[in-house]
Amino acid sequence: MFIRTALLLTMLALAGCGKTASDQAAASGEQVIRIGSVAPLTGPQAHLGKDNENGTRMAIEDANAKGIVIGGKKVHFELISEDDQADPKTATIVAQKLADNKVSGVIGHLNSGTTIPAAKIYSDNGIPQISPSATAVSYTHQGFKTAFRVMANDAQQGHALGMYAVKNLGVKRIAVIDDRTAYGQGLADEFIKAAHAAGADIVSHEYTSDKSVDFTAVLTAVKGKQPELLFYGGMDAQGGPMARQIKALALNVKYMMGDGGRTPEFIKLAGDAANGVYASLPGVPLDKMPGGETFATRFVAKYQPIQLYAPYCYDAVNVMIAAMQKADSADPAKYLPALAGISYDGITAKIQFDVNGDLKAGNVTLYQVQQGKWQALETVQ
Amino acid sequence: MDIFLQQIINGLVQGSVYALVALGYTMVYGILGLINFAHGEVVMAGAMLALSALTALISWGVAPLLALPVSLILAMAGCMLLGFGIERIAYRPLRHAPRLAPLITAIGVSIVLQNLAMMIWGRDYHAFPQLIKNQPHYVGGAIINDIQIIIVIMAVVIMAGLMIVVHRTSLGRAMRAVAENQHAAQLMGVDVNRVISITFMLGSALAAVAGLMVSANYGLAHYYMGFLLGLKAFTAAVLGGIGNLRGAMLGGLLLGLIESLGAGYIGPLTNGFMGSQYQDVFAFFVLIAVLVFRPSGLLGERLAERA
Repeated sequence: MFIRTALLLTMLALAGCGKTASDQAAASGEQVIRIGSVAPLTGPQAHLGKDNENGTRMAIEDANAKGIVIGGKKVHFELISEDDQADPKTATIVAQKLADNKVSGVIGHLNSGTTIPAAKIYSDNGIPQISPSATAVSYTHQGFKTAFRVMANDAQQGHALGMYAVKNLGVKRIAVIDDRTAYGQGLADEFIKAAHAAGADIVSHEYTSDKSVDFTAVLTAVKGKQPELLFYGGMDAQGGPMARQIKALALNVKYMMGDGGRTPEFIKLAGDAANGVYASLPGVPLDKMPGGETFATRFVAKYQPIQLYAPYCYDAVNVMIAAMQKADSADPAKYLPALAGISYDGITAKIQFDVNGDLKAGNVTLYQVQQGKWQALETVQ
Repeated sequence: MDIFLQQIINGLVQGSVYALVALGYTMVYGILGLINFAHGEVVMAGAMLALSALTALISWGVAPLLALPVSLILAMAGCMLLGFGIERIAYRPLRHAPRLAPLITAIGVSIVLQNLAMMIWGRDYHAFPQLIKNQPHYVGGAIINDIQIIIVIMAVVIMAGLMIVVHRTSLGRAMRAVAENQHAAQLMGVDVNRVISITFMLGSALAAVAGLMVSANYGLAHYYMGFLLGLKAFTAAVLGGIGNLRGAMLGGLLLGLIESLGAGYIGPLTNGFMGSQYQDVFAFFVLIAVLVFRPSGLLGERLAERA
């Protein structure tokens, strides 16, 4: 009986919280603009998803504090945050949910594997979508006018990584492992293409999944091929433990990842195996960009250390709002052309889109872990 | 040859963990005919509790080699409490309900536990402190390190201990009696509720040990870590014959070996047609093959032995 009463009280209390920001804003005569944010908030990549959500939220709160006027009316931006669990099936469900909610634009998704199928739903509903972090080439090459990204794609990134491995690190025998997601596989393929073109041999290509923690079997198979460098296409949650297992198996290789590995979490998980690891991140290092340092300080003070894509989310929201201001409308049909033709100085890059919705100048920066910290090595075009 | 030996070692280490977790599934199934899908989450809770205890103890200045067993005991106690609570709250009221109801509750409990853990410990991955020096040892060209040796030895000792409990003690006899026929056992004076609670607590204690092993070996703990591990261990239990203790052990070790040998050799064997992306497919293919020819699993028919 007690449990039932307690349950009932909890439900009543929850029902009481139902008054949303839009009710309050509507009461004060403001126009409400809904912006959707999608990232995995549960599951193995929840730490990255939360980072994305926080970056988006901060940009929206900043915009609300500025008191922006669109179409002669003061506007209030409202964040609708959804969880796609890094799962392509769930991604399409939440995408439809956002479309039904009449959002004016979407920031997301985080993974390429979720962004690609969701893009069709946004396109069908005419909703502009800016992904802060989906790097798979095919995302913007599906022929949708609504798909944009604020990050260099895998062709640019994989090329930079492959060239760096062969030209700067001078390796000849390369092994590749990828996690079979759209991102991991796409990046690995581009890396292989570039490394091959630069004259290296791909001696082994093995696979794992984005939920695994044990890589000893594939690493042992790789060890038999005696590579000089191992490239992993995947995220930090696998890359970190993999670095440890490489060390434990006395596999003597240079270890390299893409943007999915360039996080503080990676260093934490890899422990003393982190030092010397290479990774890349599209864009220019934050401390080299105007406003980047300020963003980092404010973000850390408000939430937690930046994991990975929070600055890109911040830029994505701002560029979307800038397009709305330029078109003087939050109607997707009206501000979409403005977004396509925008030129905006973000904190990660100067944002201009090409015909596909890709960044015009996609810089990629290479990093290495030195004394337990990611240090920028060089930025390539 | 050294690569082959290394794959065997990889498989044995992984298999020992699967076996420990599989025992928890199989014990509960043996007695209740219920698949406790929340068991993977108990493993996760064990890892998380051990990690929290360890961090606290070390910050109080306790020597690492003392802190490790103490936190293991605390985690086991915590998980036993958790296992007891799960059975008491989620399964006991449904004991006479149709079979589907407790199965759905089990999935519900799993989701609740996952989200509770996410609220308590956060979404971040937790790095597990390296307390043991983890010296690598070379065995005929293959490498095995201290933690892996400890994992295999502990798994063997615990499984032997469990066999003794089930076959040589009065508690074990009561467990076997309840497994055989609940009503008859009750008529013979066995406190069925108590036996079922103890079974859940035993299984949960094993889960805590497995949780600590996994996070010490891979150096990480995360609120989601129980999901895949639980699924694999469940597969192992079915492979060996669910409800049968020896089957769970055999299934666990076998699954570990199949996975590592499969990942290592499926590429060369099929001439590159299939690669290590079929690692899991391979494991499940073996499972299907076994179930087609032996529907009750490898050791499934020895019903009298189940506990």
